[in-house]
Amino acid sequence: MAAGIGGRTVSSAFAPIRLWLLLPSWVVIGFFLLIPVLLILVYSFLTKEFRGGVIWDFTLAAYDQFLFDRGLFGDDPPTIQWTYITIFVRSILQAAVATVLCLLIGFPTAWYIATRAARMRSIWLFLVTVPYWVNLLIRTVSMKFLIRENGPLNEFLLALGIIDSPLEIINTDIAVQLGLFYSYLPFMVLPIYAAVERYNFALSEAGADLYAGRWTIMREIVLPVVKPGIIAGCILVFVPSLGAFLAPDLLGGAKNFMIGSLIEEQFKGQAGNWPFGAASSMILLSMVLVVLFFYARGQAREQV
Amino acid sequence: MVTETKPPAVGIRSACKDYGSFTALRSVSFDISDNEFFTLLGPSGCGKTTLLRMIAGFEGITDGAIFLYGEEIENLPPDRRPVNTVFQNYSLFPHMDVAENVGFGLRMLGWTKGDIAARVKQMIALVKLEDFAHRRPAQLSGGQQQRVALARAMAPRPKVLLLDEPLSALDLKLRQNMREELKALQQETGITFIFVTHDQEEALSMSDRIAVMSAGEVQQIGSPEEIYEFPVNRFVADFIGDTNMLEAEVQQVGEGFVTCQIGDAQLTAVASQAVTQGQKGWLSIRPERLTIASDGLPATVEQTIYLGTDTQILARIEGGLNLRVRAQNDGARLAQGDCIFLNVADGAARFLVE
Ligand SMILES: Nc1ncnc2c1ncn2[C@@H]1O[C@H](COP(=O)(O)OP(=O)(O)OP(=O)(O)O)[C@@H](O)[C@H]1O
Ligand SMILES: [Mg+2]
Repeated sequence: MAAGIGGRTVSSAFAPIRLWLLLPSWVVIGFFLLIPVLLILVYSFLTKEFRGGVIWDFTLAAYDQFLFDRGLFGDDPPTIQWTYITIFVRSILQAAVATVLCLLIGFPTAWYIATRAARMRSIWLFLVTVPYWVNLLIRTVSMKFLIRENGPLNEFLLALGIIDSPLEIINTDIAVQLGLFYSYLPFMVLPIYAAVERYNFALSEAGADLYAGRWTIMREIVLPVVKPGIIAGCILVFVPSLGAFLAPDLLGGAKNFMIGSLIEEQFKGQAGNWPFGAASSMILLSMVLVVLFFYARGQAREQV
Repeated sequence: MVTETKPPAVGIRSACKDYGSFTALRSVSFDISDNEFFTLLGPSGCGKTTLLRMIAGFEGITDGAIFLYGEEIENLPPDRRPVNTVFQNYSLFPHMDVAENVGFGLRMLGWTKGDIAARVKQMIALVKLEDFAHRRPAQLSGGQQQRVALARAMAPRPKVLLLDEPLSALDLKLRQNMREELKALQQETGITFIFVTHDQEEALSMSDRIAVMSAGEVQQIGSPEEIYEFPVNRFVADFIGDTNMLEAEVQQVGEGFVTCQIGDAQLTAVASQAVTQGQKGWLSIRPERLTIASDGLPATVEQTIYLGTDTQILARIEGGLNLRVRAQNDGARLAQGDCIFLNVADGAARFLVE
């Protein structure tokens, strides 16, 4: 509850003008978030036009195409269409692995930064974010350059004699992982940093005072207390990883197709299928929403 | 003949602590006996918390040794020392409810579920929080959080309980209640308490013995009476209670007493240590040991301050010195300019050095 001022709470003092203060936020959110999503939703139920775009005829064809195979001419009995489901499942796995990787590297990084002296913290934080001033496309291309067959990484390892022949990293799942990890690591580091920086280390002392060893303190006290930061980081990495298309396209090659690339292709050039792209987006969005819903419900239950 | 003597609960031997070039503690030594309520008292920054944290194991020792029931512990990590701490701001685990907080130490010690549940129940009853066992710390008042911290620290039956200004965050009324409760709890459980405070009233009312500290050194150790009645130096007399502190020079040295010149009068005072004639120092006289009498030091009333049960009188004696006098309110009223005589109770004046 907000503290009272003259019998009114701080927030109620603004009540008469609250609507006006919030108006800009509502307009921006409504215009740039809600309307595009609604547009995609509507498009997913329309008929495709052959040179891109849509015809305003209601149909479930896009969803049907996603889920069922009706043969080349569309008149065979429907069987489950595994192509897109496989892409979705593989994308979810890729995004999950990328999230775990970012967490494994991001947590110690954030911990290290948050436990430095205040002056060093801002320097470290700045260094972590420096690469992100460069466009994602360029960073992904340079990653491709770095790990290709006769790129610096392989040459370095060859020169040291650690390997005899160049590693084939490019066009593998590992390359996609590297790309995703490199793209989204700061999204893991920053929220965890914020949580650890706020963590009261006297709690760790209390743990040690009550006979807990250092790993027990980490597991039983630190992690539960900074958990909101960890979860925020995981969401911030998982969600964009799931929809990513630059890293899979440039580093993964044709056989490591992910949802993002699938959707991207539908809206690109004249070969695209807008309703199908829109339907795939809606399926992706609803999966993300389901995950967030369960997370929010879990949080609400814990807050009792 | 060798007699088996029980080692003290805590033994501090020439403990020193440096923070870089700053010395927070210089060669502190004392013993605390079993079941004692021992208080570290001193102004802010004198090193009380530092000493307590060294006993708990959160702070390394620069030099010296710490013993717990005869066992040397200064190199043990905090989780291996059988002492528990009540932290100044409680440091309760925010993600655990009251019962989980209280049971944490027991769980770490490997107690069985049943034993933990029984002990937690007992501790929660002891601090009267039965109705709050399943609340989180954020849903408790300051006083309730303080009790949880106490129950949590006492649950594992520590040999020594360390308390760092546990009452300072509470309001006056609650603080006074908690003083009595803490004292009772200590007597009930028989745990040795090391209590840190900068509140002298708190220290006087609760402690068996008090160590008065200043600037990283122990000035005096003694019972509340000893500290109050027989301060060993000017700092202790000044810090504990209210006193008239007068510059003085020794005129005559007698058997256990000295004579000093105060204004135009000669005063006999008890010396806290051996002094020589001509030595400069201070005379300390507690205001309540001065009485208004029919003869004695002649003085004039400068100011009276009504304080409820008694009145503080500012009296100017011949020679221009001001003395504060505490007189019980018995109906007689003094006014500014009244001529009075002051009587100094036997042994009330103490000659002190810096
Ligand atoms: N980590 C540290 N680094 C440097 N100096 C410190 C550190 N901790 C404490 N000090 C210094 O040591 C001295 C003693 O500090 P300590 O916290 O023990 O004081 P205290 O007696 O508990 O005071 P208070 O009543 O204000 O709590 C202080 O002058 C403080 O500035
Ligand atoms: Mg302190």
